[in-house]
Amino acid sequence: MIAALLRRDLAQFFPFTGSGAALPVVFFVAVAMLFPFAVGPDANVLARTGGGVVWIAALLAAILPLEKLVARDIALGFFDQLRLRGITEEAMMAVRLFAHWLSFGPPLLLATFPAAALLKIEGESFQILLLGLLAGTPGLAAIGLMIAALTASLRAGAALSGLLLIPLALPILIFGAGALARQDPVSLGFVGAISLGLVALAPFAAGAAIRAAREIS
Amino acid sequence: MQAPSPSLIADNLACRRGERLLFRRLSFRLEAGAACHVTGANGAGKTTLIRALAGLTTPFAGEVRREGALALLDERTGLDPDLPLGKALAFWSGIDRVGDGQAIMDRLRLAALAEVPVRYLSTGQRKRAALARVLGQAAPLWLLDEPLSGLDTASQGLVSALVREHCASGGIALIASHQPLDVPGMTSVAIEDFAPAPEEEEA
Repeated sequence: MIAALLRRDLAQFFPFTGSGAALPVVFFVAVAMLFPFAVGPDANVLARTGGGVVWIAALLAAILPLEKLVARDIALGFFDQLRLRGITEEAMMAVRLFAHWLSFGPPLLLATFPAAALLKIEGESFQILLLGLLAGTPGLAAIGLMIAALTASLRAGAALSGLLLIPLALPILIFGAGALARQDPVSLGFVGAISLGLVALAPFAAGAAIRAAREIS
Repeated sequence: MQAPSPSLIADNLACRRGERLLFRRLSFRLEAGAACHVTGANGAGKTTLIRALAGLTTPFAGEVRREGALALLDERTGLDPDLPLGKALAFWSGIDRVGDGQAIMDRLRLAALAEVPVRYLSTGQRKRAALARVLGQAAPLWLLDEPLSGLDTASQGLVSALVREHCASGGIALIASHQPLDVPGMTSVAIEDFAPAPEEEEA
């Protein structure tokens, strides 16, 4: 049952095959390509600021698919039908979280290779960046899922998503990008811990949001 | 999987939509083989009642007791709009693991539409597709919200026949509809009978 659900969610969101397309990855690479043109080709400046840009691009790429993440299936009655079959909202959201991360996390990590080359991030910095994104993207996916579920029944959901994202994403960003600036892999442990906390919280928060949305619909 | 004897009981049910009380003191008891037709004007609370009976929302007061699995048909199909109909239905039969998908599609005259994406289906075809999902669930309790809207005459007759068969085999069907159904022995609940009096609404 859960496997069938995961297959369906993945088909919905995976780049190129799903209707979500490759938008987050394209966006991510586009930022990395445009940034050197905006600040000039000075390798020192690029290497110093590039990591932060990659993190912000990853963060924004993670919220691009949010509108479709939950709201569409609420409108479709999809979650209601699953509920009638005895699947809890928390289980649905845990599966969706995994599918959401799979659909943008690994592609983003792959896209980090060309992005880092464009921004002159090399050697140890590159390792810290890659490990940081590996540790941070599950947390970004969890934040995205919570926001998507909370704003799904609101008309101005997209505008509110951006506002909600800022405080939620700050810790990951501070430690993730901070590890890069200080060349300090220890911060990555904090990123991982924050990610784990968010991943553990997200299915419950998103599940409760879906139940609440039913009451007001 | 199937419960020994399905039943659907509403006990002193009251539901609100927003701040407005739609109905109160609504009680009924449906046992195996029973069909019930819920009538009421637009906005009277038919859909609200059905969602409360399905356990999707919490009633304002009272209690719903169900025995047996439940299938719900409402205006939302639950089928992925981008998928071909056959695959969209196959997802649900993969979850339910009962019923003969092909026979159900033939019965509802959907076999020819299997390759058509759900979003290209007409209103009536979409309703039939949702009915196929309900049939595939093989649940003893059916909650059907406006199953006849958008259907042609032949398909309306088919819905009545499906409900008759469902009840004859021991199932329970509760149908909210503006159109009459041809089901012998069907009881009727007019939701307006349970609407609050004006002075109650103030309280």
